[in-house]
Amino acid sequence: MDNNCKNEGRRDFLKKSTALAALAVASPALVKAGENDEKIAALFEKIPLNIEVNGKAFSLSVEPRTTLLDFIREQLHLFGTKKGCDYGQCGACTVHVDGERINSCLSLAVMNEGKKITTIEGLANGEELHPMQKAFIKHDGFQCGYCTPGQIMSAVACINEGHANSRDEVREFMSGNICRCGAYPNIVDAIMQTKKEGSTHD
Amino acid sequence: MINFEYIRASSVKAAVEALAKNPTGGFIAGGTNLIDLMKRGVTAPTRLIDINNLPLKQVEETSAGLHIGALAINSEVSANDLVKNNYPLLSMAFAAGASAQLRNMATVGGNMMQKTRCSYFYDTAMPCNKRQPGSGCGALQGHNRMHAIFGASDKCIAVHPSDMCVALAALNATVTVSGPKGERKILFTDFHRLPGDKPELDNTLQKGEIITGVIIPKNTFNKNHYLKIRDRASYAFALISVAAALEVSGDTIKKASLAMGGVAHKPWRLTEAEKFLVGKTATKENFSKAADLAIKGAKGYGHNNFKLKMAPIAIVEALMIATGIA
Ligand SMILES: Cc1cc2nc3c(=O)[nH]c(=O)nc-3n(C[C@H](O)[C@H](O)[C@H](O)COP(=O)(O)OP(=O)(O)OC[C@H]3O[C@@H](n4cnc5c(N)ncnc54)[C@H](O)[C@@H]3O)c2cc1C
Ligand code: FES
Ligand code: FES
Repeated sequence: MDNNCKNEGRRDFLKKSTALAALAVASPALVKAGENDEKIAALFEKIPLNIEVNGKAFSLSVEPRTTLLDFIREQLHLFGTKKGCDYGQCGACTVHVDGERINSCLSLAVMNEGKKITTIEGLANGEELHPMQKAFIKHDGFQCGYCTPGQIMSAVACINEGHANSRDEVREFMSGNICRCGAYPNIVDAIMQTKKEGSTHD
Repeated sequence: MINFEYIRASSVKAAVEALAKNPTGGFIAGGTNLIDLMKRGVTAPTRLIDINNLPLKQVEETSAGLHIGALAINSEVSANDLVKNNYPLLSMAFAAGASAQLRNMATVGGNMMQKTRCSYFYDTAMPCNKRQPGSGCGALQGHNRMHAIFGASDKCIAVHPSDMCVALAALNATVTVSGPKGERKILFTDFHRLPGDKPELDNTLQKGEIITGVIIPKNTFNKNHYLKIRDRASYAFALISVAAALEVSGDTIKKASLAMGGVAHKPWRLTEAEKFLVGKTATKENFSKAADLAIKGAKGYGHNNFKLKMAPIAIVEALMIATGIA
C-alpha cells in the first residue's frame, strides 16, 4: 500500500453519498443560506495526521470523529483489527500504541498524532509468525477466529507487562478480551507456553 | 458520531480559554467514556479540546502527601511502587476497574468525571432526568438492579460507577481544579453530589473548570482492602464495592475510614460505622455491628433489594480481609 492511501473504500463512498442525498433533499432555503453551507463544510473538515503504523509512516488527513479503529480499517485497509462491540466492551479492536495495548474503538485517530501503532499485521517478522501466533495455532486458541487478532495483541502485551505469572493472573489480565466461542482454556495454554519459552517483544 | 471541531491544548490556561470560547464544547482525555457516549448520541459536544499534552501526569509524594496529576493513566498509577507500597487501597481499586486495555487509556480526571452506567441514561429513547431534565426517571419503576440504595431522590436513583473514586473518598483526598476564576480545592467527599432535584449535575465542578489533580494526605492506615462484588470475576462494574482502611495498633482500631461504591450517586462514606469502630478491637463481632449501623436508612427499589442484604456482608468481609482475620 502506498503511504498516501487515496483508495476510496465502499463505506467512505456510502458516507459521502448519504451526505449528498441529505443536501439534495434539504430545503432550498437551507442550501442558499451561506452560514449553513459553512456549517456543512465544517462537518467534513479533515485535519492532518502523522502516524506510524507497523513501522511505516503515514501522513494523511482524517475527520476528527474517526476512531483509531475505523482509521486503521477504512483508511489504511488493514482489516486484521476487528470491530466487535465498538464500545470498549469486547477487546476485538486491541492494538498497541507505543507498545501499550488499548481499545482502538474508543480512541480518536487524531489523538494518536506522532504515535507508533502496531496491529496484528505488524506482529510477524516477514513470513515468520510471532511466537504468540504460533502458540495460538498449536493450542487451538480460537474457533471462529473473530476475537483472535485482539486476543493475540492483548496476550503479547500481557506478557510484556509481566502479567502472565500464573493461569489466574492471565485470566484476570486478559479479561478485556471476550471470546464468544469460549476458547478461553486454549488461549490461556497458548499464553502460558509463550511465556515459558521466552520473550515476545513486538 | 456527530462531527466536531478538534483542538489540542498546550497548557491548562489554553484549555480553559478554549472551553470558555465554546461552552458547548468539552475536554477529552482518555476518551473511554466520552467517545462511548458520543457514539450513542447521549452527548454531542461541538468542540473537543484534547488535554493529553498537558503536563499533568505526575505521581509524586511530598510532605503533604501524594500528588497525582489529572492526566496520570490508571494502569500507571496502579502499578506505581509509591502507590502500591504507601497507598495500597488506591492501587487495589484501580486494578479492580475495567480491563487492562481501558486502564491503559483512562486518566484520573476522566475517571472522576465518568458518567453513570444507568441503562436509561444510555438509551436516548428512554426517559432520564440526568440526560434530559424533566423527562422522568425510567429506572425508578424499571430495571433498577444496578441502582442506588443510599441518598437517591425521586428524580434519579443512578449510581456513580467508579472504583478509583471510592478509594479516594476513603483516603480523604482533595481535588485541585483550575478555571476562569483561578484555582481552587474541593474535598473529594464534596466533589460528587447527591441527585436531589438536579440529577443532571454529577459533581460540584463549575462550568469551564478543569481538574488538575488530586492530593491524598499521608497514609497512616496500615490495614487496607478494596472488595468489589460484580456479576463476573473481572471486567464488570461493581454491584457493591467496599474500600476499607483502618489504623490498627495491637488489637485496637485507632482510625477507620470506610466508603462504598455501587450504592449511591457518589462514593458513600460510612461515617456511623467509622465512629463506632474507633477504640474497638478488630473482631468479626465489632465489624458486624459497624455494618448494621452502616446500612441504616438504606432503601431498595425492587430489583436492587438484594443489595440491602449484600451490603453488610460486604462490609464485614472487606474489614476481615483488611485485618487478616479472614
Ligand atoms: C467496558 C467498560 C468497562 C468499564 N469498567 C469500569 C470499572 O469496572 N470501574 C471503573 O471505575 N470504571 C470502569 N470503566 C470506566 C472508565 O474507568 C472510564 O471510562 C475512564 O476512567 C474515563 O477516563 P478517560 O480519561 O477515558 O475520560 P474521557 O472519556 O476522556 O472523559 C470523560 C469525561 O471527563 C471529562 N474530563 C476528562 N478529564 C478531565 C479533566 N482533567 N477536567 C475536567 N473534565 C475532564 C471529559 O470532558 C468527559 O466528560 C469502564 C469503561 C468501559 C468502557
Ligand atoms: S470493538 Fe473495541 S472493544 Fe469491542
Ligand atoms: S474464536 Fe470465536 S469469538 Fe473467539
